[in-house]
Amino acid sequence: MFAFTEASEARIEKILAKYPEGRKISALLPLLTLAQAQEGYITPEAMVEIGKRLNVSPAYVESVCTFYTMYYTKPVGKYVVKFCINISCHLNGCDNLLEYTEKKLGIKEGETTPDKKFTLLKEECLAACCEAPVMQVNNKYHVNMTPEKVDQVLASCR
Amino acid sequence: MTQILFKNIDTPNLTSIDVYEKTLDGYQSLRKAFEKKPEEVVEMVKASGLRGRGGAGFPTGLKWSFLAKDVFPRYLACNADESEPGTCKDRDLIMKNPHLLIEGMILCSYACRIETGYIYMRGEFWEYEELMDKAIDEAYAKGYLGKNIMGSGFNLDMYTHMGAGAYICGEESALLSSLEGYRGEPRLKPPFPAVEGLYGKPTIVNNVETLCAVPFILMNGPEAYAAIGTEKSKGTKLVSVSGHVKKPGNYEVPLGTPTIDLIEKYAGGIRDGNKLKAFIPGGSSVPMLPASKADVPYDYESIMEAGSMLGSGALIVMDDTTNVVVETLRLAHFYMHESCGKCTPCREGTRWMYQILTDINNKKGKPEQVDLLNDICDNMSFKCFCPLGDAAVGPVASSIKYFREDYEELIASMKTGQPVGTI
Ligand SMILES: Cc1cc2nc3c(=O)[nH]c(=O)nc-3n(C[C@H](O)[C@H](O)[C@H](O)COP(=O)(O)O)c2cc1C
Ligand code: SF4
Ligand code: FES
Repeated sequence: MFAFTEASEARIEKILAKYPEGRKISALLPLLTLAQAQEGYITPEAMVEIGKRLNVSPAYVESVCTFYTMYYTKPVGKYVVKFCINISCHLNGCDNLLEYTEKKLGIKEGETTPDKKFTLLKEECLAACCEAPVMQVNNKYHVNMTPEKVDQVLASCR
Repeated sequence: MTQILFKNIDTPNLTSIDVYEKTLDGYQSLRKAFEKKPEEVVEMVKASGLRGRGGAGFPTGLKWSFLAKDVFPRYLACNADESEPGTCKDRDLIMKNPHLLIEGMILCSYACRIETGYIYMRGEFWEYEELMDKAIDEAYAKGYLGKNIMGSGFNLDMYTHMGAGAYICGEESALLSSLEGYRGEPRLKPPFPAVEGLYGKPTIVNNVETLCAVPFILMNGPEAYAAIGTEKSKGTKLVSVSGHVKKPGNYEVPLGTPTIDLIEKYAGGIRDGNKLKAFIPGGSSVPMLPASKADVPYDYESIMEAGSMLGSGALIVMDDTTNVVVETLRLAHFYMHESCGKCTPCREGTRWMYQILTDINNKKGKPEQVDLLNDICDNMSFKCFCPLGDAAVGPVASSIKYFREDYEELIASMKTGQPVGTI
């Protein structure tokens, strides 16, 4: 079963008010984002619920959801750690950092630690290229990364 | 040095409306605009010579004058999708000075008789949604947004809308598809958004930096803006200098500044005592150039003449320790990953290019594969549904044109050593 929390419901009201009458499907991405914030990933039940709210089929919700890389359709760790691997970060040694983090967490890119705490992912350019190498943890930026800073950031994840 | 976009940008708490009003005469340009007819504001922007900073460099005032006549409602969609590798200027503007963007959007909306504006931000800007929402709330509270703004009779509502990870959503028609709640796939043009855009209505799509330049034009007049830059490239540009430089950063310079000055003077030169080998002047989608062209003035026409494009203003710098093929592979991976799959030349071509480059990087390449890469480039150029396909060709074709020896070096070392770089 999936249900939006009370806090989410308050957000939904505000979100729906952004779009004109008859155009509420515009709220699809924001609602998917809310559902993911609640559950960590987008469950089939959440797709059904969102479809109901916006008057579209669950299959439609799924087709949109899978187009965008930020939605997970499988469970992920409590902290999703992403490293940009694009050109400016690569010129600044992101590969070494990623390898360092893989060793530290004992997992490969794309995997989740057995305790479900961390998922490690590669990411395309995160628009912070002048502060490369760039990492995000649960969508929060960490820039000018070094192995020491990786240690600090991961230690602050509890 | 004229600072238009980055003036006082590091003032503490500039994101708060009170500080913005005090340090930058914030929102004063609205008074100037409301004294004029909307058409007169469009004329001012035309006269300033401002061109779109999102990549295509289209004249902004001209775009505003193309809106379908007498069709309402109209929309403004600010393009804050910033996903072109190398580019990070809009993020700086948003996180440091959100009110400048709101002010620019109000001016555009007044000029174009628009009553609803959206800021489409890439999903990874998740941290800045709250910041932007707060700035918008402050602007409503001061009466700069909402009904009858400053007694002018003009109404405007403004909202943020977050994407969810897809480079193609930066392309304006894909952005509108995404904002409407569809998969972010590009649409056939024409009709252009100015005629049939968001919800089928006339829509202006402008980049963050473009809109942020408009308050200056209102406050100081179009002549003041046009006095900066070159004959055809007016004003200042934010350049994101990244890669092998000592002081990477976003620098605001008059258009026409020598590229070598951006690298040497602004970004402190190449680090570790190395030398410049190659640079990409305008983001990952434009051809790279060799060091011998680094004196090219940084403006639309000069860079075009030198064989590349100014694009989004991202100057990516590579030193002489770089094997260009290794970096090209990163970009090929990016375009393969971001191809939306709608048309065949792009979907198949990007994958094929990636595979060949991976082979070469893994030291399994064959000499004839370089020409094969060139063939694929030919088969993609101008044959794709949207400009992403051509963008994918830019780095590959130019890397072969200028740095064929880097390919040959890797291919010659076929049977020796380790892969140099794979993804
Ligand atoms: C694949 C692709 C990606 C793009 N990404 C962006 C982007 O992230 N931000 C942006 O402002 N423009 C981007 N553009 C350009 C837009 O389509 C459009 O030209 C621009 O937003 C218009 O605003 P401007 O005239 O102010 O530059 C992209 C274009 C293409 C083809
Ligand atoms: S060129 Fe690529 S991104 Fe553009 S429509 Fe075709 S497949 Fe999609
Ligand atoms: S290349 Fe890593 S943030 Fe842009």
